Amino acid sequence: MVAGKPDSQRIVITGVGLAAPNGNNLVEFREALLNGRSGVRDYDIRYVGSTLAGVCMFNELKYQSRKDLRRGTRAGSMGVYCTAEAIADAGLDWANIDKSMVGVYVGVTEHGNVETENEVYQLQGYNFDTSFWSHHHNPRTVANNPAGEISLNLGITGPHYTIGAACAAGNAGMIQGAQMLLLDECDVALAGGVSESIHTFGIFASFKSQGALASHADPTKASRPFDLDRNGIVVAEGGAMFVLERMSDAKARRAKIYGELAGYAMNSDASDFVLPNPERQAQCMQLALRRAGVAADSIDIVSTHATGTTNGDSQECDALRRVFGGSSRTRFNNTKSFIGHAMGAAGALELAGNLPAFHDGCCHPTINLERPDPECRLEGLVAGETREMGHVDYILNNSFGMLGINSVVVVKRV
Amino acid sequence: MSPAEIRAKVIEILADILPDDDLSQLKDDVPLREQVELDSMDFLDIVMELRKRYRIQIPEDDYIHLATLSGTVKYLEPLMKDLPK
Repeated sequence: MVAGKPDSQRIVITGVGLAAPNGNNLVEFREALLNGRSGVRDYDIRYVGSTLAGVCMFNELKYQSRKDLRRGTRAGSMGVYCTAEAIADAGLDWANIDKSMVGVYVGVTEHGNVETENEVYQLQGYNFDTSFWSHHHNPRTVANNPAGEISLNLGITGPHYTIGAACAAGNAGMIQGAQMLLLDECDVALAGGVSESIHTFGIFASFKSQGALASHADPTKASRPFDLDRNGIVVAEGGAMFVLERMSDAKARRAKIYGELAGYAMNSDASDFVLPNPERQAQCMQLALRRAGVAADSIDIVSTHATGTTNGDSQECDALRRVFGGSSRTRFNNTKSFIGHAMGAAGALELAGNLPAFHDGCCHPTINLERPDPECRLEGLVAGETREMGHVDYILNNSFGMLGINSVVVVKRV
Repeated sequence: MSPAEIRAKVIEILADILPDDDLSQLKDDVPLREQVELDSMDFLDIVMELRKRYRIQIPEDDYIHLATLSGTVKYLEPLMKDLPK
């Protein structure tokens, strides 16, 4: 995808805005990841009761009024915050940009559950008389809501929509943004993923019924991918939005460039509602590598998807061994071990957390890996402590989701 | 409730709907929309809150009576006069 391409067909990341359970911007987030600081804490939600979650503490009022917050959704708010931060970080001359050539592409795992649950809960107090059902329900629950709130807040008149891709959505949003730039549908793509999932009891209850909801006496130790004592997923909220531009535009305005989206791929397992398929995951990684024009042993860091489930982690490791088995250079890490599973934001947050490696030369670790599961054996898995690598040229970011949706992006140092 | 008490309750609702606005200087006889940013969804919030808090059902044809604060109080008076403070 990269070799021989003119700059007008090369896509780069020029801005990052994020809200994570352990950081409200990239500097804070990176610092937490390099120093092993978790963002998982005790959490209560109706019907389920006491559980654990990755909870964000960003300043909602930085870019929105209290009325905006009352009217909109948590996902919309997350999107607005992350996008406005990304635009500021990119140093775009926002006041003079043609807003009709800005596109908003937001990956989501789901949207509308939070708002629907809230309405039904309130309606219960009115004996289910639907005349008490809010007129805000529809604009809050339409699938484009998180992207639409960004458009409204920032006066963006180009296209906006969400990309529903389960937990592969963070990468999928970014891929969509890149594709729209390549098609000249926009000049600036604001792309990534958001999640408000900790505010729906349904997601906790469903994982619990599936035997896949993590529990631990110490919340910071609950998310433990690859560990023999893992017992499920810690649900998290969060968001990460990127400013994507064509390399030619970024160079023309002398923008800071975090990295180049060298290759990407999406495919489908077509095999099960929830169980992953390592063969298809491996194919997805191989396709992204081929499009990036690099071999597996050129990848310095693989940001794994692993969520802390028995089956999912071992299946991904199977896929990783198929692709990277011959690479002594590649290191593997996992961001969910710090923040839990941020669903639609996961892929975008996990890539964002690894991007500074191009500059600081470090691979942040996977924490809570005390008794490695033999089924998750990976040569090069960085556990416990940050690994100084000296030089990082390529990062591969995995994101997989239910119904068998896989997404992979390869980002190159510029 | 007296008209003054009804007015205070309407202001309470407006304060929840418009949390960023200063409502202390509202003029009773000037349309609300000329004094604060009140779009159609906000207006429906007023109707909904009256329904939720006081079980008052306002038919759509009567919305016209809620344009000003004084008009709203006048409209609500017969509906709220027997409600406890």
